[in-house]
Amino acid sequence: MSSLSWGTIEPHLPILLVILPLFGSLLTTFLRKGILAWLIALAVTLVLPVFSIALLMKVMETGQPIVYQIGNWPAPVGIVYKVDQLSAYVLTVISLIGAVIMPFARRSVAAEIQEPAQSWYYTMYLLCLCGLLGIVITGDAFNAFVFLEISSLATYVLIAMGRHRRALLAAYQYLIMGTIGATMYIIGIGLLYVVTGTLNFDDLADRLRLAIADPGYRNAVITALGFIFVGVSLKLALFPMHVWLPNAYAYAPSLATAFLAGTATKAAIYLLLRLIFSVFGVALTIDNLPIPQILLVLSIAAMFIASFSAVFEENAKRMLAYSSVAQVGYIMLGVALINQAGLTGALAHIANHAIMKTALFLALGAVFYRIGSVMYSDMAGIGRKMPLTMGAFAVAGIGLMGTPGTAGFISKWYLGIGAIDAGMYSVVFLIVASSLISVIYIGRITEVVWFREPSEAAKTAKEAPLSMLIPLWILALATLYLGFDTRATVDVAAKAAEVLLGGIR
Amino acid sequence: MKEAILEFAQHYNYFITIFLMISGLFIVIARGNLIKKLIGLSLFQTSVYLLYLTPAKIHNGTAPIYDYAYDTYSNPLPHVLMLTAIVVGVATLALGLALVVRIKEAYGTIEEDEIFSKDPEAE
Amino acid sequence: MLTSLTDLTRTMPDADLILAATLIPAAAAFLIPLFYRIPNLREAVTLVASAALATVTWSLYPRIVAGAQPELKIWEVAPGLDLSFKVEPLGMMFALIASTLWIVNSIYSIGYMRANNEPRQTQFYVCFAVAIAATMALAFSGNLFTMFLAYEVLTLSTYPLVTHKATPEAMKAGRVYLVLLVGTSMVLFLPAILLTWGVAGTLNFTAGGIIAPGDLSPLLLGGLLGLFVFGIGKAAVMPVHFWLPAAMVAPTPVSALLHAVAVVKAGVFSVLKVVVYIFGIETLSTTGAGDWLVYVAGFTVIMASIVALRQDNLKKRLAFSTVSQLSYVVLATAILTPISAIGAAMHIAAHAVSKITLFFAAGSIYTAAHKTEISQLNGIGWKMPWTMTAFAIGALAMIGLPPTAGFLGKWFMLQGAVQSEQWFPVTVIVLSTILNAGYFLPILVRAFFMEADPVRLQAAGAQAAHDTHDDDHGEAPFPIVLALTITASMSVLLFLFPDIALDLAKLMVAGG
Repeated sequence: MSSLSWGTIEPHLPILLVILPLFGSLLTTFLRKGILAWLIALAVTLVLPVFSIALLMKVMETGQPIVYQIGNWPAPVGIVYKVDQLSAYVLTVISLIGAVIMPFARRSVAAEIQEPAQSWYYTMYLLCLCGLLGIVITGDAFNAFVFLEISSLATYVLIAMGRHRRALLAAYQYLIMGTIGATMYIIGIGLLYVVTGTLNFDDLADRLRLAIADPGYRNAVITALGFIFVGVSLKLALFPMHVWLPNAYAYAPSLATAFLAGTATKAAIYLLLRLIFSVFGVALTIDNLPIPQILLVLSIAAMFIASFSAVFEENAKRMLAYSSVAQVGYIMLGVALINQAGLTGALAHIANHAIMKTALFLALGAVFYRIGSVMYSDMAGIGRKMPLTMGAFAVAGIGLMGTPGTAGFISKWYLGIGAIDAGMYSVVFLIVASSLISVIYIGRITEVVWFREPSEAAKTAKEAPLSMLIPLWILALATLYLGFDTRATVDVAAKAAEVLLGGIR
Repeated sequence: MKEAILEFAQHYNYFITIFLMISGLFIVIARGNLIKKLIGLSLFQTSVYLLYLTPAKIHNGTAPIYDYAYDTYSNPLPHVLMLTAIVVGVATLALGLALVVRIKEAYGTIEEDEIFSKDPEAE
Repeated sequence: MLTSLTDLTRTMPDADLILAATLIPAAAAFLIPLFYRIPNLREAVTLVASAALATVTWSLYPRIVAGAQPELKIWEVAPGLDLSFKVEPLGMMFALIASTLWIVNSIYSIGYMRANNEPRQTQFYVCFAVAIAATMALAFSGNLFTMFLAYEVLTLSTYPLVTHKATPEAMKAGRVYLVLLVGTSMVLFLPAILLTWGVAGTLNFTAGGIIAPGDLSPLLLGGLLGLFVFGIGKAAVMPVHFWLPAAMVAPTPVSALLHAVAVVKAGVFSVLKVVVYIFGIETLSTTGAGDWLVYVAGFTVIMASIVALRQDNLKKRLAFSTVSQLSYVVLATAILTPISAIGAAMHIAAHAVSKITLFFAAGSIYTAAHKTEISQLNGIGWKMPWTMTAFAIGALAMIGLPPTAGFLGKWFMLQGAVQSEQWFPVTVIVLSTILNAGYFLPILVRAFFMEADPVRLQAAGAQAAHDTHDDDHGEAPFPIVLALTITASMSVLLFLFPDIALDLAKLMVAGG
């Protein structure tokens, strides 16, 4: 038996990314002690970013996608995992977020979930991570569905573990909506399979070019596109298919919210990009359905309507949840522009938003840990008692507003350039106008936590423990750092955007 | 007219699929009872099994077990896919039902409007 | 020690000095909270940092006057988005003003904050230091991105200062402040930068401008200028001036340095810099795209003066006077002649030292007598002679009378307007001078020539019930009097020796 060295692991990184959390989740199922499950989950999640970053660096270096054939079966027969610049980038974002929040998890989960269920929480956490990574890494349309459902089912359970009874209802509502979305997705894939006889993304892409020219198949392809677009849009919470999201995020356990906000919608966005750009191809999409126009309208509606909803929220988690819907709007707006700068902005925002939003939700998790509530009325004056926690919140909040010097600005800058390149000058103003609304909702909570007289709950609060502050500040500082050094986000995003747009030519 | 009927007869299982799909979706949207919603959801998912299996059937094809006596087989792949989809469907249904049990414990009802009247912010 | 420091700075390379200008106040912001238990040491950090900063800026000065324009590119954030500094004459002048006045203001702050027992003093000094760091970065910014970055940091770091008192009124003011300043910068300034990038493909400040007359039609060019002028809300051109009077709830040192010097000057400085180095005076005057700005600025000058006439609250009146005076600078810029641009630059300097004097005086009156309304000031000149004499000098500068610095700026502006035969600005300047006199002279008349009215005083006493020595007070604490005496003398000295500012202003117009 050969020793376990990097050389022997390296060729198998793609599959390891998926099966490590999968086996980890199996292990944690049998544990009765939360702390043991946490240790396993911590070990697994800390290894995953190493793998995904290794993949990312390799792909960026060679410029060629890494194809991994499961069981050595080549493409049409077996399922392949394919890692290109885009998927390596999203994998890195998801695995990094999954790892950074784990030190935070121990105390947060212990406080919010009863002991026998704690290990199940980590089981679901790892399953969800496995599903999300699987969606991004797979090169097979049906396999993507399976991973989508693995992550979704785990997510429903995670949400239902929230303390409030509304968590159950939120989970139920998400289950209904999520299942409809996933089912629509496989209806679309089924139609494509009938037309092309393949499920492999690359083969699909080749055969669809031919199929669309055949009038006998054309309608089936367009219908499939419609089903897939709507189905995946439900999962990524594109306005107005976002109604499941605010309650799900608001009532899930703090850590689950932080994790989902950073990763779940991002994986779904990846899937949509992969399908629209790589499988159908931009030309086919644009010629047959006005998807860019629909995306443009819906994303702008999300940016404004969801942001306005956030302004009037009294529950900080719900406020941030609405903000997430708006931020998904930003990302999809960049996609709708279908040009290099716009897509770069959208992809950069996937990472930037994941970091900022996770930081914000972690800060709320720390507040919940101390005072058991995230209502504005209870959070009044908490900034004076938990200055480090709320300081990180403020930093990430400033990033969310898109202030220069933060990651949020970089995304906005590229979206703006993308809009100018596309000749849509009015969109430039819509982008900046909607970020003004984020100034209002972030400003409002800032005022509450720093300048109001402390509430009863806040008076006795203490600063969060170090195990919470460290992950929180890592993300908060990353928000600032990525505002100055954009090599990790923009450079990779630009390459990924090139790959996506390569499908046009 | 005759052609239309023939067309219908040839594709009748697709029409069944679409009928199941639409009625499933309709139940999910129109019913307020959480169990009935899940029934609708299952119906919706089940329709997809038909959608996949129908084209997998090849005329005069047999079960895809290799034998010298036959040279035409049904396409096995959709069957395998649907096996997975059934598992997913069952898991979803089980989880959904479990949630409904918990909701019943927490709210004392499984009617959507009654739940919302007890907890207006949950909507 | 100071001499060795000056020796050191004299031999330092340009790049190090530029970096030091931003890093010294930033470092102070980190050090101040470490000493929050020992107020004397904490204040010492502020004073030492301000002295060091002034040393740095003043040792850069001779190099700039000699014609150097050192550049420092720190980092490329993304293609086209450089973090870079470039010291040109106008920025040099702004940095000199802000850094010098930071010393004076620190002395004043210490006196004021202690005498009034203000809470959260550590937070106050930290935010102040961050704001100064941002001001330095803005003054030396080498392109629009760096400027925008510093501009936003300045807004965000001064927000806690405006809401310092944490009263409902202060929070409301903070809301107006944040939404208006961040709002205009995001909704107008940022698109303007994006469009500039789209048109010119660069964001660097370049002598003569980066937008050629043929790049955009005059209408679009005028629109882009409008985005910049109103997007830079700190310049307080009507109708985006509301934040300035609202921000007057802040403690007086904040109003003094930030809302008379750093923040508002950052606004007009940015406008001037954009006009000179992005559009180019040439481009705007040949296309006529900037003509409308004369009317908007002129309107603001007159309207703000009329509103100021009606204010009884001393700080409010000063605030509207600031709005009016800022638009002088914008007006001078909009006249689009080199000599009026010199006037604009001169006025930035003159208004800075004079308005800070006025605010210092207002704070001095509040500290010693707990009075905030003009109608309470009868006869106060004899009780607080130093304060009110300084106030008088500041007021004369606002009106534009010699022997104060305010005269010079106005003189150059008028010259520019007359030479280019633009009679509207001439009318505005003359009319507003009368209005300025109309709202400043009555204060002086009250202070020196009217008897204290016992009935009024009783009413005032009811307002400030917690305080008993209303009609029985002397001068303010020594640090306060010292600070306002220094700034008042600066105002006169700048008239007598205008070369420091004038040389820089001429260099700016010459395109260096």
